[in-house]
Amino acid sequence: MRDKAAPYASPYVTGVGIGVVLLLAFVLMGRGLGASGAFSSVVAAALNTTAPSHAAANAFYTGYLSDGATNPLKDWLVLEIIGVVIGGLASGLLAGRMRWTTERGTGITDRRRLVNAFAGGTAMGVGAKLARGCTSGLGLTGGATLSVGSWLFIIAAFVGAYAAAPLLRRAWR
Amino acid sequence: MMAPLYEFGRFGDGMGLVIAVLLGIAFGWFLEQGGMGNARKLAGQFYFTDLSVLKLMFSAIVTAMLGLFWLSWAGLLDLSRVYVPETFIAPQLVGGLVFGVGFATGGLCPGTSCVAAATGRKDGLALIAGMFAGVFVFGEAFPAIGHFADSTARGAWTLPQAVGLSYGTVVGVIVAVALGAFAGAEWLERRAERPARRMKIAA
Repeated sequence: MRDKAAPYASPYVTGVGIGVVLLLAFVLMGRGLGASGAFSSVVAAALNTTAPSHAAANAFYTGYLSDGATNPLKDWLVLEIIGVVIGGLASGLLAGRMRWTTERGTGITDRRRLVNAFAGGTAMGVGAKLARGCTSGLGLTGGATLSVGSWLFIIAAFVGAYAAAPLLRRAWR
Repeated sequence: MMAPLYEFGRFGDGMGLVIAVLLGIAFGWFLEQGGMGNARKLAGQFYFTDLSVLKLMFSAIVTAMLGLFWLSWAGLLDLSRVYVPETFIAPQLVGGLVFGVGFATGGLCPGTSCVAAATGRKDGLALIAGMFAGVFVFGEAFPAIGHFADSTARGAWTLPQAVGLSYGTVVGVIVAVALGAFAGAEWLERRAERPARRMKIAA
């Protein structure tokens, strides 16, 4: 691990890199990248363990649970997200960017930032499930395959973000 | 040899899961390299000071879109076997708005929160916890709102079908829009970097 953090790479270069990874997913698997689906699989699996009858009665959870013979965590997206964590860790280690810290603006406390992150995550969890995807599964995969709903989602997400941003200025200054 | 290879039975489920991990590693690597594990950098997108999110997303979309288009044109890939996320107009518009508010509040998206957490950012961990809570809230509300979530279904509907133009024309338009967006992003960032000069001009 290095003492000084390396500067971030160009977003154009890393964007093209992610585009090649996405293209490889299409060429090899016939499907794209995603993220929020992995969270759904984990929640459905957790409920299936703690409250199986409750999970079995709900069509949303059963959609993420297979016939019971195989483990739902063996889902393609769950393994892909495990890979994302490994890749992010490797990159952070090699670039000297590992920090046990809370990223925030100077206008708020660490505690407030963590509350905001949790609240934002909750809103994104609801929004992503309603839309059937997030910035990865709809934004990147649906964007590249020219899905109408994905482009509507991308536009709506940026409208929502820009509408909320002025109210959150203090949190990021 | 015809792509997608998995769809044409070139390898099985086990190999597919190995590929999931490998592609995930590369995805996470590039996200971290681009600074997407840092919520402060991402949030710059919403205040026009750092438009890395827009540049990275558009670069990735254009790269994969052109790759699909050329491979299909060359007869190396069967586009009809590539999964297109299905359209549900109303829930995707409403879900997008809710997601966007969460994005500006949390400063990370579901994928980038994993990279933030992997590099030690506590806000990344908090956001992951929030995602689990949000999915659970949606799941519990599903019996009541499932009808809306399944409404206005249009299937695997694509932009060329919707606007009545050829696939190649739509690809060309998106490339042009992306290039325009890159130029706009560079201009906005230059403007944000020189506040003193901007004030002088204003005065």
